[in-house]
Amino acid sequence: MTFYIISISLLAFVAIYALMGVWAERKISALIQDRVGPVETGKFGLLQTFADIIKLLQKEDIVPTTADKVLFTLAPVLVFTSVFMGFAVLPFSPAYISSNINIGLFYFMAIISIEVVGILMAGWASNNKYAFLGSIRSIAQIIAYEIPAGIAVLSAVMIYQSLNLQEIAFQQGIYAKSDIYFFGFWKVNTVGGFLSWGVFQAPHLFVAAIIYFIASLAEANRTPFDIPEAESELVAGFHVEYSGFKFGALFLAEYAMMFLTSMVLVILFFGAWYSPLPNIAKVQLAEWTNGTYWGIFWILLKTLLIVVLQIWIRWTLPRFRADQLMNFCWKVLIPVSFACLFISAFWKLIVL
Amino acid sequence: MDSLSTRKKVIEHKPMNFWERMYLPAIIGGLAITIRHFFSKKATIFYPEVQREFSENYRGLHSLKRDENGAERCTACGLCALSCPAEAITMTAAERKVGEEHLYREEKYAAVYEINMLRCIFCGFCEEACPKEAIYLDGNIGKADYSRDKFIFGKDKLVEPIVK
Repeated sequence: MTFYIISISLLAFVAIYALMGVWAERKISALIQDRVGPVETGKFGLLQTFADIIKLLQKEDIVPTTADKVLFTLAPVLVFTSVFMGFAVLPFSPAYISSNINIGLFYFMAIISIEVVGILMAGWASNNKYAFLGSIRSIAQIIAYEIPAGIAVLSAVMIYQSLNLQEIAFQQGIYAKSDIYFFGFWKVNTVGGFLSWGVFQAPHLFVAAIIYFIASLAEANRTPFDIPEAESELVAGFHVEYSGFKFGALFLAEYAMMFLTSMVLVILFFGAWYSPLPNIAKVQLAEWTNGTYWGIFWILLKTLLIVVLQIWIRWTLPRFRADQLMNFCWKVLIPVSFACLFISAFWKLIVL
Repeated sequence: MDSLSTRKKVIEHKPMNFWERMYLPAIIGGLAITIRHFFSKKATIFYPEVQREFSENYRGLHSLKRDENGAERCTACGLCALSCPAEAITMTAAERKVGEEHLYREEKYAAVYEINMLRCIFCGFCEEACPKEAIYLDGNIGKADYSRDKFIFGKDKLVEPIVK
């Protein structure tokens, strides 16, 4: 029974988050471009995306006559399911984690990769040249960027010595069982706060965090890596032929993916559900602001800040060209992430 | 080869240094610019609720004027129709009957006066051509409608209401 309750509440959370994400995207893009964005529907236009989703669900669900009907229908389901299954291993607070498994991070990386199959299915089954080209571009990009993402994650895992995301989360604050050091010289087990976050446990983890962030932008098909979609040039990339509910599912998956990768970034590098406030002498801020409900608050706040950063970046930077994208991945990100991995190994052996 | 104009811009292609090739400082600079715009004042005017003031020489919808006694000034001379580059104006002239002096100022008046608002380009030539100061483009913005024949404005829409 709890299984159903948790999964349905997660689904509801993802759906509402995606709607608010679309609203935030529109509002932030508008304000950045000196417009005002949605204002008419509800307070600050908050109900605009609800109206949009109702319109989207009313639309005719078109399946092209030449499309492979089974794969065409299956693809959005696969894309969304694979992203949604990633939520299973994420710890929301010290007490709340859907599935506390010891290979959580490995499972996460694996299940996210299934999305690629869904995208290929969508592009191929559409029987449309542009959809197929879009899906090929998307796949080339996602597969390429999984390597630096994976290695950056690995360099963090070598510091924490665990693949369990809850374990990793515990090691970044006052509840840690093992000794944690601020840049390797100051023991911060009792201080906590942002000083004990992953990025401050070793200097190179900050680089790893940036690499993972960049790679996560590419994996979620966000600007500056949105060549698969390229709204202003191509029509929509791999989901040209989709309409109605199926398009909605693909859209939902995209926004859920943003949240998922941001949350993993927060868990690995930015202290998961720990509060950023440290204990200062008598003012035990870390003690006061940590706990089950505080944990949910902090992790959602941090994750949403990263999501806002992703949106902000989208409306700041232009798009990469396909060859620049690959150059950047293979010639810059992968060597740097390997360097991080080696530094992690030496750091664990020598400094700690 | 001679250059076509005297304007010249020498473009330098210096190789980028390490910091420039990192791109991250430039990206942070870009983010700073966009966040400044995020908080800047927006130029948007919420149109139907808030109306922007027109400039003095704004050319809006036409109105046919009345004189100080409330009689129509137009004498159906046709100069406006002649000057109209879009050929949007048509009119039919009629003779004033006895007892209609309070309605029409001159002995001849426009029985039918129509402007096709879909053709009109709001150039204001009719205004300039009119010898009787009878037509002015001092109205509001043209309204949208559902059918094309609604855009042929007759005297009912053009003649200004009598001001007591």
